[in-house]
Amino acid sequence: MTDASKVIARVYREEWAPVVATLARRLRDLDIAEEMAAEAFATAVERWPVDGVPPNPGAWLATTAYRKAIDRLRREVRREEKHKEALVLSDPPEPLGAIDDDRLRLIFTCCHPALAMESRVALTLRMVGGLTVPEIARAFLVREDAMGRRITRAKAKIKAARIPYGVPFREDLPARVTGVLTVLYLIFNEGYLASDPGKEAIRGELTAEAIRLTRLVRDLMPDDGEVAGLLALMLLTEARRPARVSASGELVTLAEQDRSAWDRELIAEGHALVRARASPPGRRLGVSRSSPRSTPSTPTPGTSVTPTGRRSSRSTTSCFASTPRRSCGSTGRSRSPSSTVRRSPSRRWTVCRWRATTPSTPPARSCCAGWAAARSRGRRTTGLSRSPATPRRRRTSSVAVMSWAQRARRAE
Amino acid sequence: MAQYLISVLDDTTNSATAEEMAAIDAFNEELKAKGHWVFAGGLASPSTATVVDGRGGEPVFTDGPYLESKEYVGGFWIIEAPHLDVALRLAALGSRACNRRVELRPFL
Repeated sequence: MTDASKVIARVYREEWAPVVATLARRLRDLDIAEEMAAEAFATAVERWPVDGVPPNPGAWLATTAYRKAIDRLRREVRREEKHKEALVLSDPPEPLGAIDDDRLRLIFTCCHPALAMESRVALTLRMVGGLTVPEIARAFLVREDAMGRRITRAKAKIKAARIPYGVPFREDLPARVTGVLTVLYLIFNEGYLASDPGKEAIRGELTAEAIRLTRLVRDLMPDDGEVAGLLALMLLTEARRPARVSASGELVTLAEQDRSAWDRELIAEGHALVRARASPPGRRLGVSRSSPRSTPSTPTPGTSVTPTGRRSSRSTTSCFASTPRRSCGSTGRSRSPSSTVRRSPSRRWTVCRWRATTPSTPPARSCCAGWAAARSRGRRTTGLSRSPATPRRRRTSSVAVMSWAQRARRAE
Repeated sequence: MAQYLISVLDDTTNSATAEEMAAIDAFNEELKAKGHWVFAGGLASPSTATVVDGRGGEPVFTDGPYLESKEYVGGFWIIEAPHLDVALRLAALGSRACNRRVELRPFL
């Protein structure tokens, strides 16, 4: 691989989502935004090896994609397109929510409740995560063309039904955020252990992106226990990332990890989030606070996790047990969605919620089962031992229906 | 502003109670006051429908519904809304007012 193509690969990972999000804001059309971003990257592949890499690749891509979009809109003769051009050229200011971030707007659009859950996840992975359609298809265990159609249908509905590009009304936020958290969590999962066996097992840019977006959602809803819980869970899991892969690229089991390589800052931040959620009254918390099951196992601040201590070994094993893929995956394998829900009717949240609403969905095609299978395949091919999973399997039904806050408490 | 069709799904005709009718009237007034109103109406039973085929020379009239189903559109609103989030909210209010499920569909 030449230097230029290495740079392009890196820039693609880093700049895809910002470029698409900026174009989506200016063009109000996800389809054109995605297409023009792809064309800009294609131009970069042609020109950068010859002309050299521009000093600010992200800005170069955004400008190139935007110019291509303008050219295309000018070529179009339909009235609707002309109207859109006028919109683009004037680039009007728009009412913003509490946070002005193109990618957050894009994610709220992609996670709109009027779309099916599978479509939301797929669309977000494509538009925000920058995963290719074949990658997403593998994650869902569906054919590439079927996944392509699903994404196309979702984009067509966004356009036809005028799903807004923006942060939702404040009173709609709690319901909308739940859907967004599911999607962020699945993106984090893809980074935690990539579904494509041919790629590196851990994709730090995806976990980092999931964390970044979760932080943004938390800024938007600082009092929401579930947002804080998910962020804490991600941080505590991410803290172990430097120790999860050996020098030769093999995944390292928890018992063999070099704990001095764990990121203490992330651990501290995750702990702080969990503890802040545990104390103040009157706020909306996840079910963890009232759940007797999680309370006894929650460490007190005095016996908290340290990257080297004995206590850390036990508590982070439970972190591993509650890491997303296993709980989701095991449920997908062994529990019917209806039984998951019936067993815990009072739970506000379940990972397999969308399956619960569509009990007729064949398990192998369902989102959860797809992720589960993709994950176990990834684990086999990347050499991760199954040993941490086996003794925990009996607990998965309870893990699967935990709220984010509850999972984070366990992870702590 | 885009227009949306809110179809009321029902399995009987003209079955709204007095309270439901009052709630529907109140909802209609709210639509008008806030500038979302385009049109609304209740529909007679599908069995009163006539299918008309005017594609040939002479129009052909056929008694009865074109498509039979247990549930059908018992009434509808056409509303104006800037985007789907507003339309969804209005559809939810409409559903509550008429005490029926509704289907929201954008016009082209």
